[in-house]
Amino acid sequence: MQKPGRTMLAKIWDQHVIARISEDTDLLHIDRHLLHDLGGSRGLLDLKGRGLKVHSPGLTFATPDHAISTAQGRAGTSKIGLELLATLRAETSASGIQLFDVDQPGQGIVHVIGPELGLSLPGCTIVCGDSHTCTHGGLGALAFGIGSSELTHVLATQALIQRRPKTMRVRFEGRLPPGVTAKDLILALIGHVGAAGGTGYAVEYAGSAIRDLPIEGRLTICNLSIELGAKMGMVAPDEKTFEFLHERPYAPQGEMWDSAVSAWRQLPSDADAVFDREVVIDVEKIIPQVTWGTSPEHVIGVDGHIPDPQAIDDPARRAAVETALDYMGLKGGMPIAGTPVDWVFIGSCTNSRMSDLRAAAEIARGRKVAAGVRAWVVPGSENVKREAVAEGLDKLFVEAGFEWREPGCSMCLAANGETVGPGQRSISTSNRNFVGRQGPRARTHLASPASAAAAAIAGVIADVRTMGR
Amino acid sequence: MPKPFEKLTAIAAPIMRANIDTDVIIRIERLVGNSIRGTLGKWAFGSLRYLPDGSENPAFILNREPYRQAEILVTGPNFGCGSSREGAVWSLQEMGIRAIIGSGFGDIFFANCFQNGILPIVVDKAIVDSLAADIEATQGAGKLDINLEAQTIVSPSGKRHSFEIDPRRRDGLLQGLDEVALTLQRDNEIRAFQATDRAARPWIHFARKSA
Repeated sequence: MQKPGRTMLAKIWDQHVIARISEDTDLLHIDRHLLHDLGGSRGLLDLKGRGLKVHSPGLTFATPDHAISTAQGRAGTSKIGLELLATLRAETSASGIQLFDVDQPGQGIVHVIGPELGLSLPGCTIVCGDSHTCTHGGLGALAFGIGSSELTHVLATQALIQRRPKTMRVRFEGRLPPGVTAKDLILALIGHVGAAGGTGYAVEYAGSAIRDLPIEGRLTICNLSIELGAKMGMVAPDEKTFEFLHERPYAPQGEMWDSAVSAWRQLPSDADAVFDREVVIDVEKIIPQVTWGTSPEHVIGVDGHIPDPQAIDDPARRAAVETALDYMGLKGGMPIAGTPVDWVFIGSCTNSRMSDLRAAAEIARGRKVAAGVRAWVVPGSENVKREAVAEGLDKLFVEAGFEWREPGCSMCLAANGETVGPGQRSISTSNRNFVGRQGPRARTHLASPASAAAAAIAGVIADVRTMGR
Repeated sequence: MPKPFEKLTAIAAPIMRANIDTDVIIRIERLVGNSIRGTLGKWAFGSLRYLPDGSENPAFILNREPYRQAEILVTGPNFGCGSSREGAVWSLQEMGIRAIIGSGFGDIFFANCFQNGILPIVVDKAIVDSLAADIEATQGAGKLDINLEAQTIVSPSGKRHSFEIDPRRRDGLLQGLDEVALTLQRDNEIRAFQATDRAARPWIHFARKSA
């Protein structure tokens, strides 16, 4: 009898099993451990407090991103943020961990620098004390976020005890309509399956639209896996992946590159692999998406109407919509387009790479940010910043009235004093529109970089398709 | 090392809103710092628990007796979704919570609970709703009874529900096991794996910057 096909998850997982712990739980080797200033420094101190040493410093990499200010000259980094940075410097140095420090090429949001430097590779296991670690799955890696205890566990052992997740395949089929980006695809999926639709699953994104997407778009897709409840998301590596990684600073070189690529070619799921759940999305029906509420599943097309609680029969759902609308200061039944915004944030591990900045710049070029709107562009890394400057994007944004900032997480999680004011409305290319995410009582609408730039120019949530060139 | 968990008979508070994320459980600015443990209990559910002027919001369940004394939360779908911040679990623990019952949890939050000796219990939504209704019928005075060994919950009205749990997780909680200490005992296996893997996948182990 022929053996059934294997999923990419199974192939990568099995290759990393150090020991079987129970029927469905294994001790896995961790190939890459990424540390940031918020969790990393605390983890290194925790380890030291237990009298333990970093097991494999050569597989561990660190950069500050969460708590540092993104103002010019890093002005305004809080006292505690500076302490975290000092600890990260001292402890990585003492442990022999490579640190990509402020103002150095390599510094940036962990989920931007991993792929950019070639640290994140197909078939490897990657963890970080941050839920958006799923981003790296865009290269065909098994990557997931962990909490502080698991972080200490990985520092101490370079391994992690994990229960094998169920598998879900999402096929995005068709060609992207005008104005529709990777961000719109994944927001539409979350709207379709819900914010818990992927809980307990590792999601593999497949289909013609995924194959057509450049790597940066695949990273954006995988980044929002956690917003549909899945802690892991991945895309099979292909020629685009190899081309993207070739000659990256930490990617293998020469003969080692050739043997790596032949191993990576074996990773995609077999044609007859069986998934626990399958979802198919017709990409051609998707239009630019924008969220209206306080969960990423609260999402509609930009030409749509905000849900009307009066039209909802189920009392629990009606109450949930009412609560969200009350927080957001919106009226049910109104069109979402035309809603005035105070803030525009273009950045975060979701959408701060070159292709994102170029898409926003394309809309902003030769136009002006509307009066009364504050708009920030925060590049994802020092290298993205330098490349954007070399292309003149910084000037273009500044001439249009945007603020051009230093790389970091910034207003996505607002841990660095960079917040949207109480009751103010932001359109943001980040990943979470949770209550208070961008600051106490801040109101967040998630959208693509092009849609966010369109709102900056219009001063209201706007249909980017009417602002194209 | 987490405290062992066996049985718990305690006040339970239903918080039934769906998708309560870890940002709502604990705000990020409370987590910026190297020594935050022990400071988080009063900030749990801050945006729900306090009004903008800093005073308690009387409408929030955990500000009312007897729910102030709750050691169990009965939660709506997808509780603990979002960020991996373990501070969410620490803040609940510091306010006295020892078990959380719901129809589903954020995957990372779920794992973080076990690491801290907190028991997250997944049961059908119908059971969650029935527990919440039973608790509300006693105005919160009726206690829930959780027996981890027997894998049962008994509601204030005496209804008994059983629940499933990964046996490894259950044993870990019952014994208060420290995963780091357990895995360190396997260090020979870890190093043997790395030695073999270094030959099979050298690009993983010799990551260094090319010129």
